Amino acid sequence: MNAIGMAGKRRRANRWLILRRVAQAAILALFLAGPWFGLWIVKGNLNYSYTLDLLPLADPYVLLQSLFAGHVPEKQALVGAAIVAAFYFLVGGRSFCAWVCPLNPVTDFAAWLRGRLGIKGGAHVSRQARFWILGLTLLLALASGSIAWELVNPVSLFHRGLFFGIGLAWTAVLGVFLFDLCVVPRGWCGHLCPVGAFYSLLGRFAMLRVAATRRAACDDCNDCFVVCPEPLVIRTPLKDSAASPVVLSPQCTNCGRCIDVCAKDVFAFGTRFQQAVSPSLGARQTASK
Amino acid sequence: MNAPAARRQFLVDTARMACGVGLLGLGLGLYVKQAKALPPTVFRPPGAGSEQEFLGACVRCGLCVRDCPPQILALAKPEQAIATGTPYFVARRGACEMCEKIPCVKACPTGALDHALTDIAKARMGLAVLVDHETCLNFLGLRCDVCYRVCPLLDRAITLEQHHNERTGHHTIFEPVVHADACTGCGKCEASCVLQESAIKVFPLQMAKGQLGSQYRIGWEEKDKAGGSLVAPDAAHRYNLPEGVQYENGKGLSTAAPPAGQGVDGLAVPNPGANAAPPGGVPPNIPGGGLADRLSGKAPR
Repeated sequence: MNAIGMAGKRRRANRWLILRRVAQAAILALFLAGPWFGLWIVKGNLNYSYTLDLLPLADPYVLLQSLFAGHVPEKQALVGAAIVAAFYFLVGGRSFCAWVCPLNPVTDFAAWLRGRLGIKGGAHVSRQARFWILGLTLLLALASGSIAWELVNPVSLFHRGLFFGIGLAWTAVLGVFLFDLCVVPRGWCGHLCPVGAFYSLLGRFAMLRVAATRRAACDDCNDCFVVCPEPLVIRTPLKDSAASPVVLSPQCTNCGRCIDVCAKDVFAFGTRFQQAVSPSLGARQTASK
Repeated sequence: MNAPAARRQFLVDTARMACGVGLLGLGLGLYVKQAKALPPTVFRPPGAGSEQEFLGACVRCGLCVRDCPPQILALAKPEQAIATGTPYFVARRGACEMCEKIPCVKACPTGALDHALTDIAKARMGLAVLVDHETCLNFLGLRCDVCYRVCPLLDRAITLEQHHNERTGHHTIFEPVVHADACTGCGKCEASCVLQESAIKVFPLQMAKGQLGSQYRIGWEEKDKAGGSLVAPDAAHRYNLPEGVQYENGKGLSTAAPPAGQGVDGLAVPNPGANAAPPGGVPPNIPGGGLADRLSGKAPR
């Protein structure tokens, strides 16, 4: 690769990361413009927001808990939830986690710091725990008749706190950070968070997916596994040449870090029906079968 | 791993998970139970149902807070003894202005604030109670009247009832009385009470209201409904009064109107010389000093 090519590669090296941070900041800025500058483009928070007095957006997970608690919401909330659900059904539920959730920069920072400080290992918590907690939150809503999880949900505590007064909600954010840093690597988002678990179920058949379309070029450098917040999702599409090259696991957050770090440009965004593209790769696939 | 070992591992993993999540659920469940108790000084926006219903319906989005014109609403922070993220106001710090269009209710996307509430006078956020008769300026004999004046439902939710001021002997006490059938619990009275600590306070309905046992019937209401006495026929009440004196319900004692040309000492005619001999005759059955004089406060006591 010539010098210009190298420079181009370096410029693109954090492309999706930067785009994600821009998206996260833009969403926060939209919400903050009202309380800070009196520019009411968006009112509310991630649980329910109203944009330009026109577009309702509601968190289907919160409304589901409300239903379990025995309350049927008004039409506006239902419409908002339907729009959000349809959106994440198409682009992948956990895109919310990587592109919208205010805790993502916090947990990403914890993961980065963990690497820099060389903190290894930690407690074992199953990645299935989040689904148990998801079930628990619905059960609690049913039993208590109230949206119980919202009392402690760090995601909404943080997001709401930014616009309505944070109070001691920052301790929950700090708690998640320290948990990820010291107790379980990628512990909150990857193991415990029921919001992410819910959105992963919502995005089970998402159209937008990352695909290892040029997997034949993989030189086993392991960079993608190291950087991926859900490393289990990469193995099959990358290494099993009989399987689809698309990362089909609903746990993939569409963060695009694997695309960023791969020196061989193995990964790319595509649809869930993506095929391996390289002609040489096609030949290799045939050969391996 | 062989099948039985795998099965055992699965069972152990499942049990571990169930225990861990169960523990979390226990903690959260206890917290939820505590969070359901709203402090008595804290009120929900108009249209909120019972606290139980409200906590199941409110998604903590804060749109009511944003659309409240006087900006009295806030969302609870985790350290407060109010369910986290739910909207509330404290009457003494800022009362509900009872906006005619009720924008907070309109903004609510879930109906946690009931959209059926279209007349703000029908809101029942709480009930004002004049709790301290010892410090209320009106009870002390002054004409403060601030709570009465600021009440958005003037003369309906708070009226001024007049009593004789026993201390001075010749003044009136204007007692502010709250009427539960009209009071919305907006808290304007509590917010504007001039005392250091408000003598009139809004309480949650269940704290402010008594309730008759279901077996109780109010006699006069039942009588009105039945159109007559339910027990025994009403006997006309008889008074044994001196001649020429009548008792009329609501007006009290009065003397009979004097016959024309005869100057009976009447209530309506002030007598400048209280100690002078009455120009007319003394009622025959009262020796010395007429009853009518006593009634009009002219006779020496």
